Amino acid sequence: MSVRRLADEAVQPAAFAFNQENLEWAQRTIAKYPEGREQSAVIPLLMRAQEQEGWVTRAAIEHIAQMLGMPLIRVLEVATFYTQFQLAPVGTRAHVQVCGTTPCMLRGARDLMEVCQHKIHPEPFHLNEEGTLSWEEVECLGACVNAPMIMIFKDTYEDLTPERLEEIIDAFEAGKGDTITPGPQIDRFTSAPAGKVTALANEADVIKVQNVSLGASRSSARAAAPISASEAGRPRTDAIETNPAIKSPSPVKVNGATEAAASVDAPAENPVQADRVSEEVEGSVRTRAHSEAPVTEQPELRAAELSKDEVAEIAARNDDDRPVAIARPAQPDNLQLISGIGPKSEAILNELGIYTYMQIAAWGPKERAWVDHHLRFSGRIEREDWVKQAEALARGGEAEYERVFGKKPR
Amino acid sequence: MLQDKDRIFTNIYGRFDRSLRGAMMRGHWDGTKAILEKGRDWIIEEMKASGLRGRGGAGFPTGLKWSFMPKQSDGRPHYLVVNADESEPGTCKDRDILRHDPHTLIEGCLIAGFAMGAHHAFIYVRGEFIREREALQAAIDECYDAGLLGKNNKHGYDFDIVVHHGAGAYICGEETALIESLEGKKGQPRLKPPFPANMGLYGCPTTVNNVESIAVAPTILRRGASWFSSFGRDNNKGTKLFMVSGHVNTPCTVEETMGITFRELIETHAGGIRGGWDNLLAVIPGGASCPVVPAADIIDCPMDFDGLRGVKSSFGTAAVIVMDKSTDIIKAIARLSQFFKHESCGQCTPCREGTGWMWRVMERLVRGEAQKHEIDMLLDVTKQIEGHTICALGDAAAWPIQGLIRNFRPEIERRIDEFSRNAHRVEPVMVAAE
Repeated sequence: MSVRRLADEAVQPAAFAFNQENLEWAQRTIAKYPEGREQSAVIPLLMRAQEQEGWVTRAAIEHIAQMLGMPLIRVLEVATFYTQFQLAPVGTRAHVQVCGTTPCMLRGARDLMEVCQHKIHPEPFHLNEEGTLSWEEVECLGACVNAPMIMIFKDTYEDLTPERLEEIIDAFEAGKGDTITPGPQIDRFTSAPAGKVTALANEADVIKVQNVSLGASRSSARAAAPISASEAGRPRTDAIETNPAIKSPSPVKVNGATEAAASVDAPAENPVQADRVSEEVEGSVRTRAHSEAPVTEQPELRAAELSKDEVAEIAARNDDDRPVAIARPAQPDNLQLISGIGPKSEAILNELGIYTYMQIAAWGPKERAWVDHHLRFSGRIEREDWVKQAEALARGGEAEYERVFGKKPR
Repeated sequence: MLQDKDRIFTNIYGRFDRSLRGAMMRGHWDGTKAILEKGRDWIIEEMKASGLRGRGGAGFPTGLKWSFMPKQSDGRPHYLVVNADESEPGTCKDRDILRHDPHTLIEGCLIAGFAMGAHHAFIYVRGEFIREREALQAAIDECYDAGLLGKNNKHGYDFDIVVHHGAGAYICGEETALIESLEGKKGQPRLKPPFPANMGLYGCPTTVNNVESIAVAPTILRRGASWFSSFGRDNNKGTKLFMVSGHVNTPCTVEETMGITFRELIETHAGGIRGGWDNLLAVIPGGASCPVVPAADIIDCPMDFDGLRGVKSSFGTAAVIVMDKSTDIIKAIARLSQFFKHESCGQCTPCREGTGWMWRVMERLVRGEAQKHEIDMLLDVTKQIEGHTICALGDAAAWPIQGLIRNFRPEIERRIDEFSRNAHRVEPVMVAAE
């Protein structure tokens, strides 16, 4: 058995709540089980929390214990027993799980792990320098005839060679995981033998009934929307209420109806929390205790000036907030130095007439919301704080960026 | 070689239409109502007559298992639980059923549920099978939509299927651990008795079956027990999904008749051994928990329950792991020991402490950093773990090591000799096997 503990308090966010979509999903899931057996939903709910946040936080465990009316220790037991729950942050763009059990080992899983050690970090469960990638060795993932294989979030990549794995990791690092087709990476169809098929060559041989009538459909078509590989395992996390960077309520008042619509029910009084001081008091203590954490600026709070719904509504309504365009200068800035802007986004920004850091640095909340909406970025501009990045780059180029953020751009 | 017309899983590779319509064209959901109308007793008798043995590894007769459920309900609901927590290294058949041929399983759930008086089925899919779970759920939604499942369905038997999932624990493949996990606890096996047929999920009568056992049932009942039992030898009837992994030229999953010889299986479907038959070292014939069989014994061995028991191994899930002469056999088995150490649930002492102890000794044997009497000590410890734990994980951890020592003792001793020849010290090995 493996000994697993929760992550250090320093990285634990203060609060957790499911976003609206996941909350509805959670309620449907709980309803699947017989009355009084809501506890059965604990694994699916923890998994959903992991998909939302990237890992299972202490706050999520406490929140789910309350939702299901379970003693906290029972949920802690479950979270630490099942090894698929990540109890500490993993790479944001990819967490590579390499199957290392005998069938994969026989076909070269060791080489794959060496690729991970060399490209990501010598030790499993450690983030690479940018915090975008991590890896671990896992026990049998159940694709033994397609060995060796890895899993990234929800998809498996099978029949790998070390060279192919390097390409896959590179693609995920660049945020282009969806360009890689999951499944076998050689000329082969799923679990069928490579080359000549030895069974089930023609569908005509196994057709027994020609005219099939399904009858009337009971409900309207329920087509499942396909999820692309890059979206796999990470539903939207941009909701203000789940943003781990916000440790206190927003100072700005929004009207009551908007707030009620966007928020979840207040948690019931919780004996588990009884020994904790209130958030206001604890907040000041925490500032001293973790003084290394930057507390001077909380960029997310600027977003909180407008509620999420209002922002979306404004963005959809008019073009007044569109940032001012300029003609292409002789020497446009390299916008790709801003973390979060790739070649594609840069091209779109250029189309909008945005070529310099100064322009981005001047964006207010409305402009950010407009661009965010236009690029369908669902909050990335705020999350990655393009404005601050652009300010630094405009002020002193790469050197200033390195001074402010402690790392090279890109 | 099995003909395509006799295959139960007609879309195992997913090359054909995976929708409900496609499944119906291949003959699934055909006359399901007529099968139900023949009654519970007929279904159970027919399953017994077919000679189907459970496909999850232990090989318990499926019809007999269904007959253990109480005939009359005492007010408690009955549950069918399908074990899709497929985690045994080497095994990957249920994955293909779930993602490519899910309607075999869904129809099987309805029929099996009817035969045991259950109106609810839970399908427990292992946590890592995310796309598989989505495919299964989509297929179930299709069935609800077409009125094949749910309340007041076309079959006149109310039936609901819930897809549940785990989160990466091998032990949840054990039936009582699976039930615990389904109840929202950590997956630690229960003591038996009471057996799940009396006190299972939520304290109600429950039957836990493997995916493949349930998925083959509709076709058996449609084509008749005599059709199914015409394949294979006595006591080992029917067809079976084989998974060939490791050092073969074209690893694959394929449905074949029980009792096909190892040689024919490899030559027909897996493209032969890498480097030819002379290069074959050993085979693990049924997934990680089965003892390894040396090349000479396995080549012409019939691949079924009795055939493999004859070579002191077991059929398990028919997950054939092939190892050629480039393999470090001790390391391969040591990796399995590491697997069992990682997956032990920590409930019983012999397994919790023993799996780690055995793994540490195995790691030293890989390097040869041991003394020869330790081989016997290791064998003795495996015997003390085997049969002294609540569930079979202790046995499963012990068997691969027993198989290794039985068949490859000279190799272990050679390595110890080699190590001590190169050693600079003459003191005894001080690495504790605590």
